[in-house]
Amino acid sequence: MSATGTIIQAYESLKKAAVIKVEALKQKPLVLVGTATCGRAAGALNVLQTFRDEISCRSLDVEVKEVGCIGHCYAEPVVIIAKPGFPALCYGSVDEGMAGRLVTDFLINDDPCYEFAMAALEPNDQFPTFADFPRGVYEKKIILADCGLIDPEDIDHYIAHDGYAALAKALSMDPAEVLEEIKNSKLRGRGGAGFPTGLKWEACRNASGDQKYVICNADEGDPGAFMDRAILESNPHQVLEGLIIAAYTVGAEQGYIYVRAEYPLAVTRIRTALEQARERHLLGESILGSNFNFDIKIFQGSGAFVCGEETALIASIEGFAGVPNHRPPYPAHAGLHSKPTVINNVKTLSYVPHIIRNGSDWFKSIGTPDSPGTAVFALAGKVVSTGLAEVPMGTTLRTLVYDVGNGIKEDKPFKAVQIGGPSGGCLPESALDLPIDFDSLQQAGAMMGSGGLVVLDEDDCMVEIARFFLDFTQKESCGKCTFCRLGTKQMLDILTEITEGRGKPEDIDLLWELAEDIKAGSLCGLGKTAPNPVLTTIRYFRHEYEAHIQEGRCPALMCKELISYAIIPEKCSKLCNVCIGSCPVEAIYTRDDMLKAIYLDKCVKCNSCMVACPPQYKAVVKVSPPIVERGGSQDEQLSNHNN
Amino acid sequence: MRAPEGEKLLWVALDNGIYIPHLCGLREAERPAASCRLCFVEVEGLPNPVTACTLPVSEGMLVHTRTPRVDRLVRTGFELLLSNHRLRCGKCEKNKNCELQKIARERGLKLRLSRLRPLISEVPVDESPKTFKYDPGRCVLCGRCVWVDHHQAKVGAIGFIRRGISRKIAAFGDVPLAESRCTECGECVKVCPVGALAFKEK
Ligand SMILES: Cc1cc2nc3c(=O)[nH]c(=O)nc-3n(C[C@H](O)[C@H](O)[C@H](O)COP(=O)(O)O)c2cc1C
Repeated sequence: MSATGTIIQAYESLKKAAVIKVEALKQKPLVLVGTATCGRAAGALNVLQTFRDEISCRSLDVEVKEVGCIGHCYAEPVVIIAKPGFPALCYGSVDEGMAGRLVTDFLINDDPCYEFAMAALEPNDQFPTFADFPRGVYEKKIILADCGLIDPEDIDHYIAHDGYAALAKALSMDPAEVLEEIKNSKLRGRGGAGFPTGLKWEACRNASGDQKYVICNADEGDPGAFMDRAILESNPHQVLEGLIIAAYTVGAEQGYIYVRAEYPLAVTRIRTALEQARERHLLGESILGSNFNFDIKIFQGSGAFVCGEETALIASIEGFAGVPNHRPPYPAHAGLHSKPTVINNVKTLSYVPHIIRNGSDWFKSIGTPDSPGTAVFALAGKVVSTGLAEVPMGTTLRTLVYDVGNGIKEDKPFKAVQIGGPSGGCLPESALDLPIDFDSLQQAGAMMGSGGLVVLDEDDCMVEIARFFLDFTQKESCGKCTFCRLGTKQMLDILTEITEGRGKPEDIDLLWELAEDIKAGSLCGLGKTAPNPVLTTIRYFRHEYEAHIQEGRCPALMCKELISYAIIPEKCSKLCNVCIGSCPVEAIYTRDDMLKAIYLDKCVKCNSCMVACPPQYKAVVKVSPPIVERGGSQDEQLSNHNN
Repeated sequence: MRAPEGEKLLWVALDNGIYIPHLCGLREAERPAASCRLCFVEVEGLPNPVTACTLPVSEGMLVHTRTPRVDRLVRTGFELLLSNHRLRCGKCEKNKNCELQKIARERGLKLRLSRLRPLISEVPVDESPKTFKYDPGRCVLCGRCVWVDHHQAKVGAIGFIRRGISRKIAAFGDVPLAESRCTECGECVKVCPVGALAFKEK
């Protein structure tokens, strides 16, 4: 038999066994509890235990399995119940009480508790599916499709969902053909910069050297980004399959997954996945009976943002400090141990099996011509439905925020999105209709980055947002090069002074100049992108900088040094004193007329009184510029403020 | 101008009497550190200024060492270094023999801070070695001392520690140099471009 025939046959027998195993599961009720890190944070392990306890003490014949994250993080813990005769149903915000009810009412009796259900997984005539949500209309799931639905610790679940079919197909092709397919797909790297994956692989494949490496970058250091973690915890085999195909294409025998040690669950699930893949000859010597040998090691990084930068990451694996080096040489020519090395992000590699299986034309039919495929965003901030969303490239911000994310919390007005994390930028309302892809974001001064998307409303101060991200990059700078080490600190100091009311008129121009020079002068991508939050906030929200500097006023009432708390006498009630009780520093007193007022010199601006004041009064307000106690009564000054 | 194939532009320029500011560059180092970010030049055909220490020369390459963009980057990089440098030239052993002074002279830059905030932390001078001393407040973190310590003297007494603004050069465990494996060979002192490592006066 031909080599190709052997490979396909080997795969078909794996698939057959997997399908039989998974079909058997469908014969009895199945409970899937999402226990990725996001679910665990919301209490999923307790819910899991409740299901296990209730089911075992009632001796029910029900299978309970842990799965990953389906992306609806606002609704964690999420549970899916598939009971023969009913559509598979997904329940959100499940607690132990609900878990108990689901066992007694649904698993024992036949009441699916529709009042708790979020959606059905497949179309049926009883309950709407996720596709019927506005979000479902705009989402297009490729790499998140199986996340939260398959058991990440059981390779057969992945195989039954066509997993590793792409590997079998690739191994039956010439590596050059696989490369052509990836190049044709115009897949671009999802690690931030959007570099064409095919070109990177080609450079490595053509580079001379007997030994080559492939590395999966799972360092994911952006604050607020968690998509790589979710993928590794929910569907690790998809990443492994992509990495094995990459290795076959470029001719590598050793691969690494560089994952931060702060992701212990991801590490465990990858480790399990590697073992199971080896057992089934999908890794190791003569993979699927071919003459291709390849294995993967896990390398745990200690969670420095800069170690996600490829040259620093390589230094870190080599045992040196995680400090970037000048490029060129690029890793594709001289990477790990100076050997040609491909380094790709978790998401980039996750697309690879889909492209090989469905063809590059299918991939190009999704998204925009220059950025085909989908984009995965971690929605956070003031948006109603936080979580992971996968949408076609070219989707507008408006759709993302209002349709996928269900709009802004408390229906407040939209102010900006911070997109791309510390390397990205803040885009204003006028950018809402911008179709987002790698290039449009770059033009707007932001970056796809890792795909963090923080929605900001009128209560968010743009100077403070810039300061927040600069604080992060300044702390994460490795300190090797002059511009990043000292420039980020200079910018941070200026921003801090502005948010504390000590800014000077010339500071805005100085910030701008410094930002441009740090971008142009820094050694690595950290310094080259760190100024983006500063540049975009000045570009789109200069008036906020000016209000801080010229008027000592924070328009969003966020910068503590520039606000005072006050109690409006007309709104305050003689009959209520909850604010007094709420104040940790005894800064609120009862006036002679029994209304309440604040000693400004004692107030620590902790916001407790504002939260405590009952909604029927809403008498506590923040004012900016702060009230200064110099003659005149507080009330007079307050009334001046209100005018 | 003629140059050996693959030689880095910085050295070719210097050999031909064309000055380009630089602190971290070491001709012998196989891989340039490219960390001081002062040797920017513009090359025709390349969109942005590039560091001369990392750029291999090639046939027909047209280079401009002084352009508005280059001058602006060098000025900012230089001022950033000054913001973190204890400037008391009159009291410094390297006065009149200091690379920072040379850059200021060559490029018409002032040896004082105008736009930027001073970022100097008062760190003690390590006076423990018999023959020399180390003043971190004057160090520009070029790393030349570390390189010669590791690759020429082959002692391995010093290295970089900490990150970001706290990055500094120290002996293993941040102990005084006299307690480290330092042999006081003096090689590191000879390559220090500023007054951070200086021989004690006899
Ligand atoms: C400061 C910094 C941090 C980075 N962090 C990550 C990261 O966490 N994950 C990642 O995949 N890429 C990260 N990158 C990008 C990598 O250097 C590299 O471009 C990427 O892994 C290439 O993969 P791709 O082509 O699949 O995007 C970072 C870059 C910089 C400059």
